[in-house]
Amino acid sequence: MDKYQINHLRELEAESIFVIREVAAQFENPVMLFSGGKDSIVMFHLARKAFYPAKVPFALLHIDTGHNFQETLDYRDNLMEETGTKCIVRYVQDSIDQGKAVEEKGVNASRNKLQTVTLLDALEELKTDAAMGGGRRDEEKARAKERFFSHRDEFGQWDPKNQRPELWNIFNGRKNMGEHFRVFPISNWTEMDVWQYIYMENIELPNLYFTHKREVFNRDGVWMFKAPFMQLKPGEELVEKDVRCRTIGDITCTGLTLSKADTIEDIIQEVAATRTTERGGRSDDKRSESAMEDRKKEGYF
Amino acid sequence: MSDKNSGYLDMELLRFTTAGSVDDGKSTLIGRLLYDSKAIFEDQMEAIEKASERIGNEEVNLALLTDGLRAEREQGITIDVAYRYFATPKRKFIIADTPGHIQYTRNMVTGASTANVAIILVDARHGVLEQTLRHSYIASQLQIPHVIFCVNKMDLVDYSEETFEKIKSDIDGFSSKLSVKDIRYVPISALNGDNVVDRSEKMDWYQGPTLLHLLENIHISSDINHEDFRFPVQYVVRPQTAEFPDYRGYGGRIASGAVKVGDPITVLPSGFTSKVKTIDFFEDTLEESFAPQSVTITLEDEIDISRGDMLVKSDDLPNTTQDLELMVCWFNERNLIPRGKYVIRHTSAEARCMVTGVQHKMNINTLEQNTEDLTVKMNDIAKINLRVTKPLHIDSYSKNRITGSVILVDEGTNETVAAGMII
Repeated sequence: MDKYQINHLRELEAESIFVIREVAAQFENPVMLFSGGKDSIVMFHLARKAFYPAKVPFALLHIDTGHNFQETLDYRDNLMEETGTKCIVRYVQDSIDQGKAVEEKGVNASRNKLQTVTLLDALEELKTDAAMGGGRRDEEKARAKERFFSHRDEFGQWDPKNQRPELWNIFNGRKNMGEHFRVFPISNWTEMDVWQYIYMENIELPNLYFTHKREVFNRDGVWMFKAPFMQLKPGEELVEKDVRCRTIGDITCTGLTLSKADTIEDIIQEVAATRTTERGGRSDDKRSESAMEDRKKEGYF
Repeated sequence: MSDKNSGYLDMELLRFTTAGSVDDGKSTLIGRLLYDSKAIFEDQMEAIEKASERIGNEEVNLALLTDGLRAEREQGITIDVAYRYFATPKRKFIIADTPGHIQYTRNMVTGASTANVAIILVDARHGVLEQTLRHSYIASQLQIPHVIFCVNKMDLVDYSEETFEKIKSDIDGFSSKLSVKDIRYVPISALNGDNVVDRSEKMDWYQGPTLLHLLENIHISSDINHEDFRFPVQYVVRPQTAEFPDYRGYGGRIASGAVKVGDPITVLPSGFTSKVKTIDFFEDTLEESFAPQSVTITLEDEIDISRGDMLVKSDDLPNTTQDLELMVCWFNERNLIPRGKYVIRHTSAEARCMVTGVQHKMNINTLEQNTEDLTVKMNDIAKINLRVTKPLHIDSYSKNRITGSVILVDEGTNETVAAGMII
């Protein structure tokens, strides 16, 4: 490489830090959505870099479905304590108790979709004008058309046909009262970029990402963890396997990968060799061909 | 970690945009690049196999990979910029896939604004069309450093060398009027994969590189302006903690050039001078930093500096002016209002401005200047003048894509209505 050249990870990092600083400068009351998954962990790491030696000048917001892995919650609490960051938690269970969201029924019931209700309520309650999320454009085809600064109307909805043009590195965050923005600082990162960056920066992750023994069952070709509130279908049985999470979401829709990878290096090798997408294990995307587009229009992450 | 992995950490990033007319096979080309470079996963392939069947395509329609939104799949056209990613051991690629219809010129401009390379598709059967000219003009206006013309559907013209050479000379004919530094030509068949990733066995007469080989090897590190140090201040970092009681750093992304500790700095607009004390990057301090890094700079002297100001080297100043002459691409359904007022954004600075003149509109199909009809409508490209409420620190767009660009925002709707390139 030439003298004045940086590698792709440093360039992505510089771009993301720019976007995060732009949010802090342009909005009065931004939050950063935090799920405890690797993408939001990387996004938060970038936020710390953007403002160091000052603390991150906004709070994190975690929408807790009540169906999270305990390891994720423990990781979250430790990280907040170590970095002195404020994390606001809002619960899907509260939305259900208030009658604003209705629990899905049946064996495939998931609270994933219900999160939208809790999220929009939280953004309104906190008077949030910009919510940063760890969405990446390589994840799913509707996300491929998302802007860095994504305008949402007063109902929190996304209008994919009327997006603001985004040129060079000039971001237009102007809006009317009641509207807000979703901002995706790591839009241009791929799954591999995220893993390589975690390796390069030596970022600590929840243990779920590394191999461990766990009782799992197989549903429609996907290995799942059985939480107490989940029901097995006839023919499904629990077996112990060496597994790890490739993505971490709600337990009801997070597929586990059979893997013996116990270091980041192993995981990078595994990602390089894999032939299915990351969200291939996410049953929430499999509901229909435009499942993600429909959820995003309603105000999903 | 094995060498195999650490090698991946040293990839360069290349951004390219693709432009073509409705049926030039652009989505197929991207599908082909992704497919042949193994960036398509099995479950994605299964999904598009099913979708191809459902809409009645006999073969797997690779175009479905990039047509993400429901309306697009139904109408079979691409209506917005979609970003795609793939990597080879040499480079990571970001594709801005932009639609070719005239009504979506704004999307093409958007995709082009950050691109190192533009791929312009030409249908071998139809040769150079109006839209070829339009796409070339936009690539040249947006100063994309490298343009690759892919003459596609060579399979439908019997892989004829003569056809390829004719198109090449037609493009040479008009491209002399444009300001593109580096033009390349590749004959391909996106459908069959000829000369995309793998060399074609049917075009022995073509000795040049395949498209992917070009993308992997085109020299891009000199695409950035490494001469003029420009640092728009984005955010003032003030921890005010016991550990850092007096720290005052200026966060931003270096737009161009490089800076070292000790360099004499002028702060604009105040004109105060100082020296670089430290260049901080998280827990590290750097001796030197350069575009496009995001860093935090501290100065030797306490000067009042805020967002929208610019740090530059004292021996290399930009132009400071309230009067701009620029080419704009109009993005909005509401026409440009002569004498109208807009919000202008330039780097991290924001001000108000008034349109003081429309000099001409470009007929981008003929490259002629129109001075008769000066109504600037959506997708028009025009040369205009602006008067800004406060001085901006600018360079010409041809010298600097960051400090030479602006956007205009409608004060009522907050929509981005125009992109401007300073002359």
